[in-house]
Amino acid sequence: MSELLQFLFSGLTVGAVYALVALGFTIIYNASDVVNFAQGEFVMLGGMLTVSAYAAGLPLPLAALIAIVVTAGIGVALNKLAIEPARGAPVVSLIIITIGASIFLRGAAQVLFGKQIHRFPSFSGDTPLRIGGATILPQSLWVMAGGIAVFIALYLFFTRTLTGKAVLATSNNRLAAQLVGINTNWVMTLSFALSAAIGALAGVLITPITNTSYDVGIALALKGFAAAMLGGMGNPKGALVGGILLGIIEALTAGYLSSQYKDAAAFVIILLVLFFLPQGLFGARHTERV
Amino acid sequence: MRLGPKSTTLLVLAALIALTPVFFPSSFYYRVGSLIFINGLAVTGMVILIGYAGQISLGHAGFAGIGAYSCALMPVHWGVPVLLAAVLGALISAALAWLVGRPILRLKGYYLAVATLGFGILVYMVLMNEAWLTGGPDGTAVPDSGLRDMAKAIGINLKNSEFWYWFCGIVLTIGAWLALNLHDSPTGRALRALHGSEIAARTVGVDVAKYKLQAFVISAVYASVAGSLVALQNQFVTPDIAGYMHSIEWVTMTVLGGAGSVLGAIFGAGILTLLPQVLTRFAEYEQLLLGLIMMLVMIFMRDGLLPQVLRLIRGKDQ
Amino acid sequence: MSALLSVEGLGITFGGLRAVHDVGFKVQPGEILSVIGPNGAGKTTLFNMISGIYRPGTGRIVLDGEDVTAMRPDLLARRGMSRTFQNLQIFQNMTVLENAIAGYHLTESGSLLADLFSLPASRGRARAAKDGAMELLARVGLERAAETEAGNLSYGKLKRLEIARALALKPKLLLLDEPAAGCNAVETEEIDRMIAEVARSGVAILLVEHDMKMVMRISNHIVVLDHGEKIAEGDPATVSRNPDVIAAYLGTETEALHA
Repeated sequence: MSELLQFLFSGLTVGAVYALVALGFTIIYNASDVVNFAQGEFVMLGGMLTVSAYAAGLPLPLAALIAIVVTAGIGVALNKLAIEPARGAPVVSLIIITIGASIFLRGAAQVLFGKQIHRFPSFSGDTPLRIGGATILPQSLWVMAGGIAVFIALYLFFTRTLTGKAVLATSNNRLAAQLVGINTNWVMTLSFALSAAIGALAGVLITPITNTSYDVGIALALKGFAAAMLGGMGNPKGALVGGILLGIIEALTAGYLSSQYKDAAAFVIILLVLFFLPQGLFGARHTERV
Repeated sequence: MRLGPKSTTLLVLAALIALTPVFFPSSFYYRVGSLIFINGLAVTGMVILIGYAGQISLGHAGFAGIGAYSCALMPVHWGVPVLLAAVLGALISAALAWLVGRPILRLKGYYLAVATLGFGILVYMVLMNEAWLTGGPDGTAVPDSGLRDMAKAIGINLKNSEFWYWFCGIVLTIGAWLALNLHDSPTGRALRALHGSEIAARTVGVDVAKYKLQAFVISAVYASVAGSLVALQNQFVTPDIAGYMHSIEWVTMTVLGGAGSVLGAIFGAGILTLLPQVLTRFAEYEQLLLGLIMMLVMIFMRDGLLPQVLRLIRGKDQ
Repeated sequence: MSALLSVEGLGITFGGLRAVHDVGFKVQPGEILSVIGPNGAGKTTLFNMISGIYRPGTGRIVLDGEDVTAMRPDLLARRGMSRTFQNLQIFQNMTVLENAIAGYHLTESGSLLADLFSLPASRGRARAAKDGAMELLARVGLERAAETEAGNLSYGKLKRLEIARALALKPKLLLLDEPAAGCNAVETEEIDRMIAEVARSGVAILLVEHDMKMVMRISNHIVVLDHGEKIAEGDPATVSRNPDVIAAYLGTETEALHA
């Protein structure tokens, strides 16, 4: 029993990260119908930039803030320089562009930060807390709290603020949004900034537990995508649930089946969802118009 | 007599393969050449998948891994001759592509990309983890194919690197010939039709699922053969051959040269294979450059480099 | 005589909205049946259900005695149905000639290996398809544009190319979705003549068209849709006198209806 609880704790921790990556996917997907394969690199950048800023002598909270802001800026640049010029391109082109961006960012990280593994200290020490026979790191609580905070903040943003409603309107119907005077380009920029910042925050939160290196992005992107799909592409609630479910499934796979193949869990889920539940848990059905 | 585009392409390709060695300062370049041809072969398969059928795969290196490890494992474990192992590897890749492709190809765009990426990573994971069979991350040896000795027996005595240059060049030419045949055949037309408009293709009777699957299987065989060639030439394989970066490199080569044209894509394979050789001093910038090329080509030259260059030469305004 | 196409109680809803409801009619070989109605009446949706692109929520489609409800479009093509599209579905990545040849897919396709190795069997089938396609292009007046990239053609020519491609299937039932849209008077007349000629050869034609003059001139039978429901049907003269039809069109195309 305590073993299961232990697996659940670690599943919830990584699950919260997957949920944040999935939320990032969701925000950009809703605003632009683009699936941004560079989403995982935002997580990597969040961790890496914090490492450098912290190593440069800045206090950890400030280092983290700088990392998040800079990553958001990179997200905006990605949109302005690569996504916007390719508006109207076929999906295959957009896939190649965002994969290219992903490879570019990790290449840049490799040049700037080297290939070694980096880390910075946990926010509240490394003394595990004992709960019901299992242990949990204080940093895990930070990760989960971060996930919940982002989700609540996003919920309030989309339902209570005019800007948030503009983003939602754009995702519902781009043309109609333009007609009522919403600047959809600005909405896209905002979405990329938001999504990159959320990714970076995930990186900041998880790095003390998992460490980070230049090449962690692609696996996170794949898993975040699996989570988003499991929940239903484009649905923020689905992203949250999907992320946490995926984290738990992975932890259970590692615990009870094989730790070597825990990364396969995400892929198997992608396939199962695609075949049996193409709309995901909370997704809507679409009909192609002719 | 006026040559058709197919014969022209093949002649240009054969001439390039035959004449380039004149300029080689050392035998090292034969090795680079054979590497280009191997990538060119895999990329020719990608042209069928991406350029003709308009589908994408970010996992084809997985099939190269199967082709390569077939050559390494079958001779040792089952006593299969190495060349037969390469053929069997291609058949296994085809069968696997068929099995995986049937459900995956129902998906479109992003979903297809992620599903294939996941497939490739899965193959890579198996090659890494099942060390009892594959030797794990350290890789495993591949028995001599005996091809060079066969050539010797009929009086063609070449240095190792030279032999593989010519052998891979011939295989590439055959691969290009088949792909060009396909382009203007009923199957090729059906593939390009479903690329242009899936709905219209259906209404003229194209069984879209069947044709997508055919393109996927054929391209998997190309990748598998390319993987086998790497194994045969190096007489050694590591799981790296199935790494997803290879899959992405192949996609990049394909679109860089021009996904719609076989020669263009081989051209793209040439450039991207040469780049790291030329820029050895900047090895750490390789990924950065690769990513940059992917983005730039897709934003500014959607048809790819070669069609763009040809258009400039012909002076046609677009 | 049993009908070639029989549609019974066909209906579909999109997100709670009833796009088409309980529509039925029959089409005989050689007959031209037009479906008319104001914009948004559900004409194209009806076509998409008949041609297997949308799965009907209710009802039955019978083609030549066989229930083909919700059958895949490519299987319908095998059973002799072909169509054109309101918003053009041209293979932009191919030449005009290749677009027309694509219409011969069912007769020209054979084994994959024969195609890969360019065996005589494969080349023979491809050549036959090409000859047929050239003839069709000549028939719609596009033979000189054969080698042009399809994307470079004018709208009116693309409309004719789509018709040629649909005819290449040698259909028993031809669905034409606004074939004359965007065409000038001369082109419209040409299309008009072509449709009549195809019908005379025994092909059943289902037509959606906004050009009321054309509809009244060539239809044998008219079905009128409004808000997804059939409000009237009959021969052109009867339909144009029907008060419901006039009401549905009031203020929009009434003049055209009486022209």
